Amino acid sequence: MLSRVAGRIYWMARYIERAENTARLVNTYHFLLLDLPRSTRISWDILPVITGCYALFSERYQRHDERNTVKFLLADDSNPGSLLNSIASARENCRTSREVLPGQAWEQINELLLYANAHVGDALPRRGRFNFLTEVIHRCQQMTGLLAGTMSHDHSYDFVRIGRNLERADMTTRVVDIGAMSMQNTDDSGSIDVHVWTSMLRALSAYQMYRKDMQPGVHCVDVVSYLLQNDYQPRSVAHCLDQIEESLGDLPLHKETLKPVRDTRHRVDRIKPEKLDAVKLHQEVDRLQAGISAIHNRISKTWFA
Amino acid sequence: MTIDWKNYDPGEFYDELISTPGYARAPARNLTAWLRSLSYEELQARKVDAELAIIDKGVTFTVYSDGENIDRAWPFDIIPRVMPIREWRVIEAGLKQRLQALNLFIDDLYHDRKIIRDRVIPKSLIEKSRGFRKECIGINPAHGVWANICGSDLVRDCDGTVYVLEDNLRVPSGVSYMIENREVTKRVLPELFENNNILPVDDYPEQLLDMLQSIAPGRRKQPEVVVLTPGIYNSAYFEHAFLARSMGAELVEGSDLVVDKDDYVFMKTIQGLARVDVIYRRIDDLYLDPEAFLPDSELGVPGLMRAWRKGNVALANAPGCGVADDKVVYSYVPDIIRYYLGEDALLPNVPTYRCNDKKQREYVMANLETMVVKPANESGGYGMLVGPQSSATEREAFKRLISKDPRNYIGQPALKLSTAPTLCDQTLEPRHLDLRPFILQGKDIHVTAGGLTRVAMNKGSLVVNSSQGGGSKDTWVVDNEG
Repeated sequence: MLSRVAGRIYWMARYIERAENTARLVNTYHFLLLDLPRSTRISWDILPVITGCYALFSERYQRHDERNTVKFLLADDSNPGSLLNSIASARENCRTSREVLPGQAWEQINELLLYANAHVGDALPRRGRFNFLTEVIHRCQQMTGLLAGTMSHDHSYDFVRIGRNLERADMTTRVVDIGAMSMQNTDDSGSIDVHVWTSMLRALSAYQMYRKDMQPGVHCVDVVSYLLQNDYQPRSVAHCLDQIEESLGDLPLHKETLKPVRDTRHRVDRIKPEKLDAVKLHQEVDRLQAGISAIHNRISKTWFA
Repeated sequence: MTIDWKNYDPGEFYDELISTPGYARAPARNLTAWLRSLSYEELQARKVDAELAIIDKGVTFTVYSDGENIDRAWPFDIIPRVMPIREWRVIEAGLKQRLQALNLFIDDLYHDRKIIRDRVIPKSLIEKSRGFRKECIGINPAHGVWANICGSDLVRDCDGTVYVLEDNLRVPSGVSYMIENREVTKRVLPELFENNNILPVDDYPEQLLDMLQSIAPGRRKQPEVVVLTPGIYNSAYFEHAFLARSMGAELVEGSDLVVDKDDYVFMKTIQGLARVDVIYRRIDDLYLDPEAFLPDSELGVPGLMRAWRKGNVALANAPGCGVADDKVVYSYVPDIIRYYLGEDALLPNVPTYRCNDKKQREYVMANLETMVVKPANESGGYGMLVGPQSSATEREAFKRLISKDPRNYIGQPALKLSTAPTLCDQTLEPRHLDLRPFILQGKDIHVTAGGLTRVAMNKGSLVVNSSQGGGSKDTWVVDNEG
């Protein structure tokens, strides 16, 4: 398999996952803010901070209000991580590696971009937001299912899995980070805590599974542990890392790439959520993100260079 | 309503299926009789089936328009064009003869230049040729063959004679459409394959792979063959991907390849670097290697020419073979065949007047209205004057162009291209067409059975290019005699 093609498939999977996650993030935040009392200092511009593009956001927009934030995250051309740009990048990577992908994959991603371009404007006012974002999430999931169900599960599919899980782990750390920052910004942690962490679980479609697995109720410590360390939750950092390790094992020359994955996995295991305050939790998340970035660099150096 | 062949009248043109209104040529009789049994509604329904099949299979070509690349569905007419096998065998022999002679000619030009010393061809012709590459002097490609893949355009005049219009020796395209056209025809007109012996065309990828393996340097058991494409923005990208896929070869871009310090070529794979033995390149000479040619080309591979010159990798077609793909050289092909093979050409050239010869130039200038004037080095129908359809201003402009650079122009009498019945809105109507067979030469030589028939879909038009309203037909070489 050509390195270039492997790289494009990996990025296609990451961008599909990123588009889905961005849609989830905006959707969840939208509902969280509707629930919180007006007096909280939690504001929309946490989202650009969390997704690592706050500097660009400040440069582009003076008013950090809801409309500008949502526009920036979903539709802004200048934001490389915007929903539209993620879908367009996924499509471009798919287009340039069509010869190894099922024909339907190309058709679906193409239709997704057409849909998103035509309807993204509906999501700027609150009224149409939910429908648009839900549709995008569904279509991204359809794409993930299509690849799982129709591609040969050979090396090319290993790269799809690696890309998807790395992006997923990354987004989960960011969601935990939102939780940490929301806690920092509120004076009264009791009742708001429940709202915030319930929302974070919902952002990852993990609420129901959490309730099923964790009896005691929604508490910061349990949710953080669940999202970072649970072996069975498909979006937990631990689970994603295990999936990555499994896929890496199938690939040639994978020896060097396992180390950063295992290092990050150990770091996850060592976290003791009950001993972390908001600041320390944020620092811990930062370290996990550095680990994820190290995994990407090693993969990229090994196969795509 | 059904077809009444008495109402189909090709007029002064030679028609490939119908000899005079109401009478079909022998090899086409099964086809025309069967078509007569169908209603127009049925025919139109089959046409819709064909269009759907083409979309399903994703058979496209890329056009550049409004600053964007658009994939368009391949235009296809469901009525096949039919040729008798006896006629085809002559054409096939003629094409082999032609390519063999042209390869001897190219090899001679890059070595001893006997043909120039013997004054068959003037020296100035080669020195001013845009396809000549001094970097190729003295190189010995496998089997002495420079042009491994050739697509020659054939046309038929009103008296029935088949002429060679041009030989495309650089990076000829269209062969994937020939194969897809047959696939589609099998889907939508399956009944016809029962009563006709139609020579198959889908063995081409196998023949191509055999040929490419036959030119591999060294003695590796399984030589690694790759297809080198300029990328997805190229109009023939569909074909590059098609051929790579059907040969089981990697489709690579320039950035996927590297040349090491020992001048071997490798491709970058997830297993690491993998040796490459043969490159079927679909990139023009000048973009192949920024070290040797255009320094700012990003399509090519630095050092590729070094590797090729050392004999560490085979390139098909060999760089520099375009010297024989030149309209003025074309006019000498009958002499070239006689010089190297001692034979007369089996397939005639269209009579060609060279503008660098004073007498011939004067003839062209005086008869512009009935001639086609072409620049020596262009392809795709660019920069041409079609006399019968030109205005006085255009003819004046061409007179100036010719006087300025006579070496760069030739004139040919405008031919009356043959026609074939084509399904139009209401009826079958005659439309003009040509034929591009593909010839492969490595250790052996092979010609496709038929080729790609291109048809001008607009009434009276002679332009068959798909970007300008051209379509295509399946081409049948039928053997109904045995």
